[in-house]
Amino acid sequence: MGMTMAEKIIALAAKVPVTRAGDIETVTVDRLMSNDGTTHLTIDMYHNQLKHPHIADPDKLVWFVDHNIPADSPKTAASHKKMREFAKEHQIAFYEGEGVCHQVMMERYVRPGELIFGADSHTCAYGALGAFGTGVGCTDYLYAMVTGTSWVLVPSTIQIRLNGKLKEGVCARDLILTIIGQIGAGGATYKVMEFVGEGMKSLTMADRISICNLCVEAGAKSALMEADEIALTYLKEHGRTPKAVLKSDEDAVFEQVITIDLGEIKPIVAKPHFVDNVAPAQECFGVKIDEAFLGSCNNGRLEDLRVAAQLIKGKKVAEGVRFLVVPASRSVYKEAIKEGLIDTFVQAGAMVMNPCCSVCWGACQGVIGQGETLISTGTRNFKGRAGHKDSYIYLASALTVTASAIAGEITTSDRV
Amino acid sequence: MGKVFRFHKDVDTDQIIASQYLLYPTVEEMKEHTFESLDSEFAKKVQKGDVVVAHENFGCGSSREQAPAVLKALGVKAVIAGSFARIFYRNAINIGLLVIINKELYYEVQSGDTVDVDLEKGLIITEKGSYPLAKLPKKMQEIMDMGGLIAALNKEA
Repeated sequence: MGMTMAEKIIALAAKVPVTRAGDIETVTVDRLMSNDGTTHLTIDMYHNQLKHPHIADPDKLVWFVDHNIPADSPKTAASHKKMREFAKEHQIAFYEGEGVCHQVMMERYVRPGELIFGADSHTCAYGALGAFGTGVGCTDYLYAMVTGTSWVLVPSTIQIRLNGKLKEGVCARDLILTIIGQIGAGGATYKVMEFVGEGMKSLTMADRISICNLCVEAGAKSALMEADEIALTYLKEHGRTPKAVLKSDEDAVFEQVITIDLGEIKPIVAKPHFVDNVAPAQECFGVKIDEAFLGSCNNGRLEDLRVAAQLIKGKKVAEGVRFLVVPASRSVYKEAIKEGLIDTFVQAGAMVMNPCCSVCWGACQGVIGQGETLISTGTRNFKGRAGHKDSYIYLASALTVTASAIAGEITTSDRV
Repeated sequence: MGKVFRFHKDVDTDQIIASQYLLYPTVEEMKEHTFESLDSEFAKKVQKGDVVVAHENFGCGSSREQAPAVLKALGVKAVIAGSFARIFYRNAINIGLLVIINKELYYEVQSGDTVDVDLEKGLIITEKGSYPLAKLPKKMQEIMDMGGLIAALNKEA
């Protein structure tokens, strides 16, 4: 009996020849990412709860201030300061204002075959480079930071086979929202969502990160894609080499197999207040919006900004609508400036903000008020996620969000 | 004995503790905002020993450990749900918050009912009847028995 890609990565990290779904393995963690959402508490636990405070390998740690930057209050500033000082003292790689953690991790750290813990649920994004990334809380993070190891329950895998090609006006985000709608918010809990098939050839790295990143919204422990030529080219361009290039064996056992024709996917929105509450975009045509957001670890890459800029060029943001454009990293921002995209957004009346999590996380810039409606390329539309508890978030693709910003109501790119 | 606070399905971590409070310096300062969007009086009403009961997929969404931590800090004895999101479940056990999977209880109790979780007898006891406690996986029971993952780590060291 063969092994799945997830089983192979975990076996490698556990230094065992074979492992199977349901086994518990002790693994050496290749990389430990954390951000300002929780790190201040991890530091307090390090100082106050450990009998022997110690970091197994500081080189494996990467820390980001990306959620609430620039700081919105003295309390936030104090938490940032605590992180900054601890990182300096312990020589931990520290990025502040450099971009959303997952985007910068893809640009600078993630390698195929690695097992990575991130103190952030969207760590599953790293599957786009064939790495097993999974979200953990501060206690698991601290344990791995101190010992270099952790325990994992080996997950079963849902294999999603993609055929064909997405139609014009349809984005990878429409695909993953469709899948989440199909299997539900708990449809992949404890499982890995693995993407294979000839349809992968038409998906760019930006598409792949967007797909893997959102899998936690179906409860997935991780998402995985084989590091093929497209992924290995990206890796080489960013100056890295793989740990191991792995894929599932043909006779591996899968929990479920889902086959999808990319040509059948249509523009879709997730309606308030759940990511799996999806509907064809056309069912929401005419819903008035107060704000539109293009950005986040899900959809703030150069490719997203390009399609959005192309659509809005020569047009204006609708009167009374705030359109926030937030590049996912400083390198994305710099490229967008070079290509003239930022100029296009500013000319159209958008607000271009510094690379950060922005309103996707709802505690910093761009929060919405009571009764207001946001259309967003962010990761979640939970009640109150973007501000007031009585507000409404629709999730959609970069194209649909931009089209809606122009129209002032939910619409698709072919209608503006 | 404690009181039941009953919630629906897919209670996400933003409802348990919203993003705008996560960077507060301590869990003690965050805890008064627990379940703010669902029941703004929750933190005032809840007492030590009370129990949160919910439908499926409790704690979905973010990996924020602040979610189980505020419940523990408020004295919640246990969260009993039809199922849990993976990261919340693991975080709860790591900090020693009792999480119990039970598919029936949600349909049997209302907010305000009295409930007791008797660990010695292995029972959830309500006014209407009792339900056996499902066993935790061995690895997780070991962590709970040691008082959480950090206590376990301190014993290893």
